[in-house]
Amino acid sequence: MSTQELQIPLPREITTEPRRSDKIFRGVVTIGGLSSLVLLGLIALFLGYRGFEVLRQEGIGFITHSDWSISTDDAGNVIDSHFGLAAMLVGTILCSLIAVVIALPISVFSALFLNFYAPEWLKKFLITVIDMMAAFPSILFGIWGFLVLMPSIEYWAKLLHRYLGFIPIFDMQVPVFTRSPFVAGVVLSIMIIPIITSVSREIFSQAPLDRIQAAYALGATRWAMIKAVVIPHGRSGVIGGAMLGLGRAMGETVAVFTVLNIVFQINWEMLLGAGGNVASLIILKFGDASPYEIKALMAAGLVLFLLTLLVNGLANLIVKTTGKSGR
Amino acid sequence: MTTAHESETTKMQVPVKPNSLADVAQVLRTPGTKAIGTGLETRGIHAWFGKHHALSNISLGFAAGTVTALIGPSGCGKSTFIRTINRMHEFIPGAAMAGEVLLDGKDVYAPGTDVTKIRLQIGMVFQKPNPFPSMTIGENVLSGLKLAQLKVDNKDDLMQECLERAGLWSEVKDRLGAHGGSLSGGQQQRLCIARALAVRPQVLLMDEPCSALDPGSTLRIEDTIRHLSETMTIIIVTHNMQQAARVSDYTAFFLSEGGPGQMIEVAPTSDIFSRPQDQRTENYVTGRFG
Ligand SMILES: Nc1ncnc2c1ncn2[C@@H]1O[C@H](COP(=O)(O)OP(=O)(O)O)[C@@H](O)[C@H]1O
Ligand SMILES: [Mg+2]
Repeated sequence: MSTQELQIPLPREITTEPRRSDKIFRGVVTIGGLSSLVLLGLIALFLGYRGFEVLRQEGIGFITHSDWSISTDDAGNVIDSHFGLAAMLVGTILCSLIAVVIALPISVFSALFLNFYAPEWLKKFLITVIDMMAAFPSILFGIWGFLVLMPSIEYWAKLLHRYLGFIPIFDMQVPVFTRSPFVAGVVLSIMIIPIITSVSREIFSQAPLDRIQAAYALGATRWAMIKAVVIPHGRSGVIGGAMLGLGRAMGETVAVFTVLNIVFQINWEMLLGAGGNVASLIILKFGDASPYEIKALMAAGLVLFLLTLLVNGLANLIVKTTGKSGR
Repeated sequence: MTTAHESETTKMQVPVKPNSLADVAQVLRTPGTKAIGTGLETRGIHAWFGKHHALSNISLGFAAGTVTALIGPSGCGKSTFIRTINRMHEFIPGAAMAGEVLLDGKDVYAPGTDVTKIRLQIGMVFQKPNPFPSMTIGENVLSGLKLAQLKVDNKDDLMQECLERAGLWSEVKDRLGAHGGSLSGGQQQRLCIARALAVRPQVLLMDEPCSALDPGSTLRIEDTIRHLSETMTIIIVTHNMQQAARVSDYTAFFLSEGGPGQMIEVAPTSDIFSRPQDQRTENYVTGRFG
């Protein structure tokens, strides 16, 4: 035995033979998991296919110019067309950012209240109300925004303009306060409060109990405990929730369409009644668009789709980089 | 170790000016002469979880500067008892209590008492080390000050003092900016002790502080407990009878015989182990049950 040299073996290949039931189940969940990816891909493909002609025609101008015109001869042939989404993209981003800026603090405070301050009965009641808000048809938010919010918000918009006008986005050259990105942003914020609240509430409720107790045992007040334990724990989740809200706000159509003035000129002045929104553009033009214009609208849809993906990608990146320290 | 001890004692401001280390030790060993406050007393403590009566009629005195070990089988209410002392019991939904906890003669449950102040005076170390993961080691030590909005003049000195008293300073002094989670379990527990010390409690409650730790860390923490008892009153729950024998002046034996947990016997630690008065205590300390 000692004379023989030790033969070092190759590592064995380790295989497992799953049971049939396991295989079937794996097949089912794989199909389920891939179907959303496939659907997403098909939608992008469809939009790209339908919009390809316009995209090729306009080139990069499709996202850098602000234009939407098409002229046809009597036979319906396109004579001349200019399609550019820049103002719509800026408007989409502006409106949804306003929405998140307003909705985020309200949602976080609601979530903290629900988790740490509200008595049990009130908590149950409020959660039901907030969930109902999420299921509310968006056209009703739009109508409410138009009939109720818009007349009363003008006062606040003027106030903002008077006292914060030195900041460019609160400034305006022409005093037109109705149908502004600000109004649309406020309507959108109300629509995204439920989702951000529920994501925040979920993540806050997972704050580790032993840390919460450690904070209390050190003489922390409830608010001090929340600042030291709950918020660091929930930070990345809240950002994720905000990004979900942002995504929803960017894609929202009807509500924005009802309260926003669509103008083909880039406008960062949020109080001015001239905005843009890709989704609203699509419903605005879809009804009586010529076949070629439909293609342009499909291309616009593709751009919105890519913008949403981009924002979500950024969100994931933020969550990953900020997430570690809190846990 | 001697030098560290010397520097600690000068920081602790012994009221009688000592001439030698032996004098210091003498002052420190006399209960009540040095420790903060006049001790703690519980009178007729009962505790409930909903309808479940978990603890019955616990009356115990804890003289300032002593270490009292609470021993007894699992589920006899030791944790529940110490959680009534610093009013952590009331966080559990449906929890109730009766009786009085007197700190320097004042009932901590008296109406109008600021409960956060009580918890500053009665610190707690938990079974599982629970440093704040989002804070650095240094921030963890000082976290109590921030949480309770206390101001101190020299944070660095306080941080060093607390880490020294918790026996952790030499291991972490070069990486105070590292995160608390980067320490070993035993180091994390000592960090939690340092954190509890920073708000200068007069009583320290420890709920099985070593049960999740290796023997080496356990010995270090026992060392720490002996040093700390020079300046504060310590109540420690332990499953480990050698530990009770090593660190405590008094030992109380808790037992639940089907009903709520009760205190069977309390005596100087050596008596509990050498000549227990109650048969049930003897059975437990000799390992015949529990
Ligand atoms: N959070 C709780 N909810 C309900 N019952 C509890 C809770 N904590 C402890 N108990 C009960 O109270 C009794 C005492 O528990 P505990 O104080 O944890 O015992 P020990 O620390 O001595 O092991 C046990 O019967 C236990 O089931
Ligand atoms: Mg226990």
